[in-house]
Amino acid sequence: MKKRNNNILKKIANKAYEYGFVSNIKTEIIESGLNENIIKLISKKKNEPEWMLEFRMQAYKYWLTQEMPTWPHLNIPPIDYQSISYYADPLKKSKEKQNKEIDPELMKAFDKLGIPLEERLALTNTAVDAVMDSVSVKTTFKEELKEKGIIFCSMSEAIQEYPDLVRKYLGTVVNYRDNFFAALNSAVFSDGSFVYIPKGVRCPMELSTYFRINAANTGQFERTLIVADDNSYVSYLEGCTAPMRDENQLHAAIVEIIVLDNAEVKYSTVQNWYPGDAQGRGGVYNFVTKRGDCRGINSKLSWTQVETGSAITWKYPGCILRGDNSQGEFYSVALTNNFQQADTGTKMIHLGKNTRSTIISKGISAGKSQNSYRGLVRVSKNADNARNYSQCDSLLLGSKCGAHTFPYMDIHNNSAVIEHEATTSKISEDQLFYCNQRGIGTEEAIGLIVNGYAKEVLNKLPMEFAIEAQKLLSVSLEGSVG
Amino acid sequence: MNNVQEYIDIYDRNKELIKEPCAQLLNVAREKAYIKFKALGFPAKNDELYRNSDIVKQFDVDYGMNLGRIQTVVNPNDVFTCDVPNLNTRQEFIVNDSYYKTDKQNKTLPEGVVVGSLNEIAQSNSELLAPYYNSLAESGDSIAQFNTTFVQDGLVLYIHKGIEVKETIQLVTILNANIDIMSNRRILIILEENASANLLLCDHSSNEHKSLSTQITEIFLAKGAKLNLCEVEETSYSNTRLAQLFVNQQECSVFNHNNITLTNGFTRNGVYVMLEGKAAETDISGLVINDRKQHTDNHTLVDHKVGHCTSNELYKYILDEESTGVFSGKMLIRPDAQQTNSQQTNRNLCLTKCARMYAQPQLEIYADDVKCSHGSTVGQLDENALFYMQQRGIPIDEARHLLMYGFAGEVIERIPIEAIRDRLHMLVEKRFRGELNRCKGCSLCKQ
Repeated sequence: MKKRNNNILKKIANKAYEYGFVSNIKTEIIESGLNENIIKLISKKKNEPEWMLEFRMQAYKYWLTQEMPTWPHLNIPPIDYQSISYYADPLKKSKEKQNKEIDPELMKAFDKLGIPLEERLALTNTAVDAVMDSVSVKTTFKEELKEKGIIFCSMSEAIQEYPDLVRKYLGTVVNYRDNFFAALNSAVFSDGSFVYIPKGVRCPMELSTYFRINAANTGQFERTLIVADDNSYVSYLEGCTAPMRDENQLHAAIVEIIVLDNAEVKYSTVQNWYPGDAQGRGGVYNFVTKRGDCRGINSKLSWTQVETGSAITWKYPGCILRGDNSQGEFYSVALTNNFQQADTGTKMIHLGKNTRSTIISKGISAGKSQNSYRGLVRVSKNADNARNYSQCDSLLLGSKCGAHTFPYMDIHNNSAVIEHEATTSKISEDQLFYCNQRGIGTEEAIGLIVNGYAKEVLNKLPMEFAIEAQKLLSVSLEGSVG
Repeated sequence: MNNVQEYIDIYDRNKELIKEPCAQLLNVAREKAYIKFKALGFPAKNDELYRNSDIVKQFDVDYGMNLGRIQTVVNPNDVFTCDVPNLNTRQEFIVNDSYYKTDKQNKTLPEGVVVGSLNEIAQSNSELLAPYYNSLAESGDSIAQFNTTFVQDGLVLYIHKGIEVKETIQLVTILNANIDIMSNRRILIILEENASANLLLCDHSSNEHKSLSTQITEIFLAKGAKLNLCEVEETSYSNTRLAQLFVNQQECSVFNHNNITLTNGFTRNGVYVMLEGKAAETDISGLVINDRKQHTDNHTLVDHKVGHCTSNELYKYILDEESTGVFSGKMLIRPDAQQTNSQQTNRNLCLTKCARMYAQPQLEIYADDVKCSHGSTVGQLDENALFYMQQRGIPIDEARHLLMYGFAGEVIERIPIEAIRDRLHMLVEKRFRGELNRCKGCSLCKQ
């Protein structure tokens, strides 16, 4: 019985990654390597003002003094930063023709990914900024949003058109000195999304960025900046995929969010980079710094992430709860299979009074993967009446995988109430037997149980995303049990 | 790195002096440890395992080291009166860093129990200790290497097969000097198959001079052996204690450890338990009551190497004034350790705004058929409970004491020996009242 199950599962597992195709798009890729000239070249290509180049150079000089940290519970093969190309532009062709038409191949690629770049699909009620390799391809519904005063465009465009806004906020949440990859990103970042929600505006549709790596031997270094002014609201989604390749590709992004008085930002990610094959070859290294700063009073920031892809994931979306009464939330499902590794979690830094944070993390490990939760809750001296609740559960599917929990609690205030609990277990025989008895096959039963386990987090996702995430969970899982 | 060099120089200059009075067994391990210490240095602040405890700073003081083995003169009747009421104990003493013989050791122990000076036994009966000495601490961090480099004496407890020692053995370690002093001591406990023992370790320091002690304890529990170990630290605010406890457990062995920190200056306790035999059980707990600028760091690692073992861990902290508490505990479940049952709990009370707590309860799990959980909380006394008691005529201070006493009681209740439990209940209560933060029996403390 077990053997038969295994066979069925294997079949499904083999077709698991459906976004692994490569599009044949003429792409301009600059020579690989990293030095001052490359940074100048990127800056020049993007026609950036002087201050941007200075920003990059400063970060680059700092990066040179840094070494890659070794503290995560990850086994990262050495990365040769000189063999990566830091800029790949799939729009080259259209630019040459001096018209704004997008390469039909490119359109096809995004259609295949289910991200229509034409606004004909207004039904989805989602505005998309599509980023391929180093360049933002197109941003939809820009005009409609503009009517409300909302700025939603690519980062390069924002630097040209709204330099004051960008300059005011860029790098204020994640300083280039923050960590090794933040320094690298600050030096070479190419594109990303910029969102500004003006005072009192509730964004009428979901904003979304879709990241796609297509070119080989390149890294993707995008930068997203979201500013929610007083009394505003926005829900932002992020999705990502990459082709199947035997070599590893680096993705080192920065996301900065600024939430002002009474504003609310919801940030959801479904991360589905190519995870590598069943033998652990290839896959994307996803080393991302994401942080939000709840600067205003009563501000609220919520991170929701479903992590199923990437060979190695290393990220800690965090909230700095600076404003009084501000709230931070973190909901995460991290699933690892085969040889995937994940070290992910969150940072909740309580600085203001009456701040609250919730952390719900569900880890699922299968195959020979390693899945770690690492989270920091810091309550500073003046953060009176801070409240935190953390729950990290791990589910182990298979006897060769690992699930680890590394919570950090630094408490400097006696009025804080901090709770942390974690459990690790496997799917119990009883649960499976119960389902089997009622005519539900083992494989389906596991899917059911895992989805139920992750429900608390999936419920926080916007509807379309939740369905996608649910599908993704069962696909990524299948083939891992037996 | 400067003070590391200082100690390397001290060793280089005094190598012969250190080695001369010591057994070959100690000296062989010493040479190896010295090379390791030289390479490692003291743990830096960016060392993840010492994130919140600055060890290097502790060695800044110019401590005196008694390398020439000058016998400390103490008045036995004054010093050695540490006893627990209603408990028949056999007492052993380590004064500064040497084993101290007194006529108090009159109580005879059953045959087959070897207890005495580490250095002496290593000289007279080195085959007995050779398979054990430094075999666990060898892979330890730089503090363990430092201790092995400089250690000259300590205590051995060796219990042969099948012997159950009913009497509690009490080891009192005393720091007594009129200068700033450092002591490096060693405890080696070996229980052969089905042997059992109860051990009470009292750590005292007698004066307000600065003192630093490193203490490495190695414990070997063979099949079916059973050890209850209770450690109480009652030193002074100017004391630094760097203690590490290494435990190796074989099949069906049972280890019960309670570590109570009542009065201290800067303390770092490391507990490393290796479960190497199936169906071994381990229960480690700790209670920390800190005030002023005291700093207590408990670091634990329970390494489940094989399956079917049970481990249970409970650490509680009560932090008052400007004190700091650090707890980092790791449960490591190796790939073949199926059917492991492991629990870890850490609860902390912060009483003032300036008290700091750093907690890191960690799980590292590589096996799927396990039951593991951990929980950690930081909070204050329950307002409702305080209000309830006040309503019933209990003054607020008294109500607070009662709640704290109950909070601490959970750890003390895990001590298997009743007389020690009673004693600790009393000491903890007194500690809360601030009446006496030392054990009454110890006349040293009466000064």
